[in-house]
Parts: sequence; structure tokens; C-alpha cells
Amino acid sequence: MAVIAGRPKRGALLPKRVTAVTDSRLGSLGVFVIRRILWMIPVVFFVIVITFILMHNAAGSPWDKAGGRQLSQVVVDNLNKKYGLDKPVFEQFLLYLWNVLHFDFGLSYQYQGKSVVTLIGEGWPYTATIGTLAFLLIVPVGIGLGVLAALRQNTRVDYATMGFATLAASFPNFVIGALMVVLFSVLTYKWTGGNFFLPAGGWGIDDHLIMPVITLSLLPIAYTARLTRASTLETIRQDYIRTAWAKGLPERLVVIRHVLKNSLIPVVTTLGPTFAFLVTGSVIVETVFSIPGIGRAFVVAVTSRDYPMILGTTVLFSIVIATANLIVDVLYVFIDPRVRLT
Amino acid sequence: MALPVAAVEAAAIDWEIPEQQVGLWQDAWVRFRRNRLAVLGAGLVLFLVLVALLSPLLVHFGLLADPIKQHVESIETGPGVNGHAFGTDILGRDTLARLMIGSEVSLTVGLLVQGIIFPIGLAIGLAAGYFGGRVDNLLMRFTDIWYAFPDLLFVLVVVSVWRLTGPWYVQLIPIFGAIALVNWVGLARLVRGQVLSIKEKEFVEAARSSGTPPLKLILKHLLPNSLGPIIVTLTFGIPNAIFLEAVLSFLGVGIQPPQPTWGQMVLDGYEAIYANPSGVVFPALAIGFTLLAFSFIGDGLRDALDPRMRR
Repeated sequence: MAVIAGRPKRGALLPKRVTAVTDSRLGSLGVFVIRRILWMIPVVFFVIVITFILMHNAAGSPWDKAGGRQLSQVVVDNLNKKYGLDKPVFEQFLLYLWNVLHFDFGLSYQYQGKSVVTLIGEGWPYTATIGTLAFLLIVPVGIGLGVLAALRQNTRVDYATMGFATLAASFPNFVIGALMVVLFSVLTYKWTGGNFFLPAGGWGIDDHLIMPVITLSLLPIAYTARLTRASTLETIRQDYIRTAWAKGLPERLVVIRHVLKNSLIPVVTTLGPTFAFLVTGSVIVETVFSIPGIGRAFVVAVTSRDYPMILGTTVLFSIVIATANLIVDVLYVFIDPRVRLT
Repeated sequence: MALPVAAVEAAAIDWEIPEQQVGLWQDAWVRFRRNRLAVLGAGLVLFLVLVALLSPLLVHFGLLADPIKQHVESIETGPGVNGHAFGTDILGRDTLARLMIGSEVSLTVGLLVQGIIFPIGLAIGLAAGYFGGRVDNLLMRFTDIWYAFPDLLFVLVVVSVWRLTGPWYVQLIPIFGAIALVNWVGLARLVRGQVLSIKEKEFVEAARSSGTPPLKLILKHLLPNSLGPIIVTLTFGIPNAIFLEAVLSFLGVGIQPPQPTWGQMVLDGYEAIYANPSGVVFPALAIGFTLLAFSFIGDGLRDALDPRMRR
């Protein structure tokens, strides 16, 4: 800052600068948020480029039939024309980008006459319902287990919680889902003569939701619990916690007011990966429990080489995850005043 | 003035010498052995490797049922029926034989993928960490983008466009490629971080000021000192790779039949889950416990090799 000699002139920068210093954090937060939003653009662009290149170098064409009669060349040419596959690759790419900007992801190859946006719109409510319920389960259970394990460190409670977390983190969710179906659908059906059991698949806003939501949330719960435990253990060694105990606060207040408040800050960072877990988890869980959501649609598209559908869902997933990461980053800055904005 | 050696030897001072010198690796080995879960995991993995190596021989000599042969007299039977210890699947194939033969796919994926990732991640990480500058910038921007996208989705997309036909080890090549492509970034980033912190240490400074050429500096000082975390990361990469292959098979885009894989067996068993639940349970447990064993080993190695974790 340049030192201004003599009496400042009217409208000099001095008073403004003072307010600028007090507002600097809020101001730089704005810049930070805008920078992060702009950073999403190359991320999503890169995802589109990579998937697009992969799709267009794929062996075989989407019109290949698995065995049996192949389509005649005339039909293939017409289909290529209809879906714009006869144009040069670069032109197709530009066209695709232009369409994506207008939320047009093209027509599905697999389902005649349906656009990718329609298909995603059809699957969206299912995936969102399960994802939201799982998220509502993950945050309290994961944090609760982590804090409990840390407060009772090296006791049976701690060992049981961490043992559970290790199991849940190691067993893949399709394995957990399959084992739960065996236990709660097949075997309980046999043992109770069909009286008490959970449905093995399908959709309904009732007990159909129990197993998919639990399967989807186990891995993130384990992840959150481990991180919360580590962070809480670090917090309870701090001097201010000793002070809180020393001034005679009851355990409840020490935990809520001092331990939780400080140990939850790093836990916020797990919310980003949690969203990624939910997205990849939905692909598996919806297959295991035959739920007609976006994850299931993605798997069907992958097995049937429905390229517009694969591209559309991939772009959608990357936008969802990038947005989640953005929100987490901004949230983190708000919660922890020590974070440096870079 | 040089001290006469004989005089030093003659002065019989009772130096306190530890009974035996313990190096880093020896110490790590002792610590690893003390971790019961890690030893258990290592035992289980050793057992699996033996199973994977021996079961083709057992099939060859007729001691184990042929995993592809259909026993039409016993379809979808539970364990122990008609001499099939683990039952049969929907096509009447012996579950035990399929489980044992299927282990070779999981182990191959888990171990070989790390062999591909190791040189790539190491070379790029070392270059980025040591030379910095543009390589480093590029790598960091790249990882930022890469981290925004989950592994499983990327592997699924790659496998949907690139498939090879032939025996299972040929079909594995695209899966190897896809998994390696998503995993080398993490290793490169780790190596870079290690190099950045070790580069500033005094002993590296000393080596550099005494005129050690860069290549020797990297190979003699930076690499050995960052090896611990690299080994731990690679170990944790094994269950991840096994998981990805199993999921691909479970979703029907992995190794195609007749070669049995565990993920595919869960999928097959799922179709007849009410008739024969054990057809799902056995392969599911095989996958779960294999992954558990590898993560126990990983935990044990981390505790043994990371000096900051010492209690």
C-alpha cells in the first residue's frame, strides 16, 4: 500500500480501505466461490471430452445385434443419419457440446423415440429418494458412532464400533446387499412361513426401501465414523477441553458445546466423498434390488452400448459430484474461520 | 592429528551397545508380526494364493470337479447333495470348484494391477515432486479433475467401449487398463507429496551439496525414504482392484463365461436365490473375506511402516 503524504484529498482511498479490510473475508469468499464455480466448467468439459473420445473409438457399432440377423447396410446408414453419426467426429463433438448447453443429450439408442433427458427424468425420483434417505441416515449414525467410539476409547464399545466400520468398509455393497436379501428375504420367509420378511426387490414407499437404503449407507457410515473418531480423539486432548472439565461442566455440555463443535469441522470434508459414494452406490444398489433409477439405467446403457445415454448420465453424475464438492468447500470456509482462501 | 587406532581399541570403554541393531525394515517386520489381524490376513491371502495355484492341478487330476461340467442330475442343489460339498448352480456346475478356480481371477487382478500402477505412478510422482514446475502443475490440475469423478463409473464406461474376446486373461486386459488408468493418479500424488517433504531434509541437502547427480539422489535418497507409504498405498489398492473387477462381473460386463469369477457367481446365484441361497452366500463371503484380509494387511503395514503412528 502506497503511503500517501500530506492531507488526503477528497475521495481519497483511505476510508474505503478501512472498510475493505473488515470486509475482506466476505469479499474474498465471493471471489473464492466464483473461482470454484468456474473451476467446475473445465472439470465437466474434461469428463465430456474423455467419454466422448472413448465412445467414438469403441469397436463395433451400437446397431450390432448380439448374434442372429444383422441389420442391412441401408438401415444402418439411415440410423447413422438419424442420430448424426455420419458427420465428422469433431463436428459431432461440437454439436454435442452445443446441445448439452441447452440440456439436450440426444435420443437414446436403446429405447426408440425417447430422449436421454426423458429417461433420466423417469429414473431421477427413485435415485433421489434412496439417496436422500441414505444421506439422512449416514450423517447422524456415522457421526454418532464416531463420537461414541472416541469418548469410550479402548473399551468394548470402541472395538465393536470400529470392528463394524472395518467390516462395512471392506465388504462391497453388492455383497452386503446380496447377503441381506438372503438373510431378511429368503431365510426369514422360509422360517416364518412368509409372515415377517423384507421384499427382495422392486419399488414402494414402504418396507421396500429398508434394505436398499441400509446397503447404500453402510460404506459412507463406516467412512464417516472412522473420521469422526479420529477427529474427536484429537479434540479431547486439547487444553480447552480440560478447562471445560475443570470448570465443572457436565459431560453432556462438554461433549455438545466443546467437543462436537470442534471435531465436526474436518468431518464436513467427508460429505463430498459421501456424495460420490452415493452416486456409485446407486449404480450397484439399484441393480441388486431392481429399482428403476438412474443407476440402473446407466448399467443397462453400458451393457447395451447406448452411447447417448452413457454420455448423458456420466455428465449428469459429474455435475452432481462437482456441485457437491463445491458446496462442501464453501461450507467448510463458513464453518472454520481458520481456513485460508486460496 | 590422527588418533592411533590401537589406542582406541585398547581403551576398553563399556559402550552401551544394543544387543542387536534393528533397521527400519526389520523393525517394521517385528511390528507387523505383532499385529494379530494382519498376520491372520496374510495367512488367508497365502491360502488363497495356494488355492489359485493348485486348483487347476486338482481339476486336472480329477480330485476336484470340473468347474464347467454340468451335472444335470443335480441342478440348484444345496451343500452336500450328490457329493457336491458346496452345492451346484443353476446349470448344475459344482460351486466349490467354481469358487476355487474363480480365485485366480480376483488375485490376478488385485496383484497385477498394482504392478502396472507402481512404475507409472512412481515415475510421474518423482518427476513432479523433484523437478516441480510445469510437470507438477499439470499433474495437480489433472488429479483435481480426476478426483471429481468416481472410479467405478469410469471403469464401467471404459469397459463398455473396449472389450476383448478370448481366454479370461485376455479379457482381463481392458479391465487392467481401466483400473490402472484411474488408480495411478493417487499414487503419483502420494509420491509427489513424499518427495516434496523429503527433498527439504538435511541429508538430501548434504548429498546435493556434495555433488550427487540428480538421478542418484532420487534413487538413493528420495525413493528409499518414501517407500513405506508407497507400499501401504499399493496394498490398499489391491482390495480396491478386486472389488472393481467383482462389480464388473456382477453387473455382467466383466469376464464372460465359461471362466468362473466370484462376481459372476453372485449374479448367477441371484437368479435362483429362493431355490438355493447358498449359491449367493459362498461367493459373496469369498469376496468379502478376501477384501477384509487385504485391508487387514494394509492396516498392519501402515502401523508398521509409518513412524508417526508409533505408540
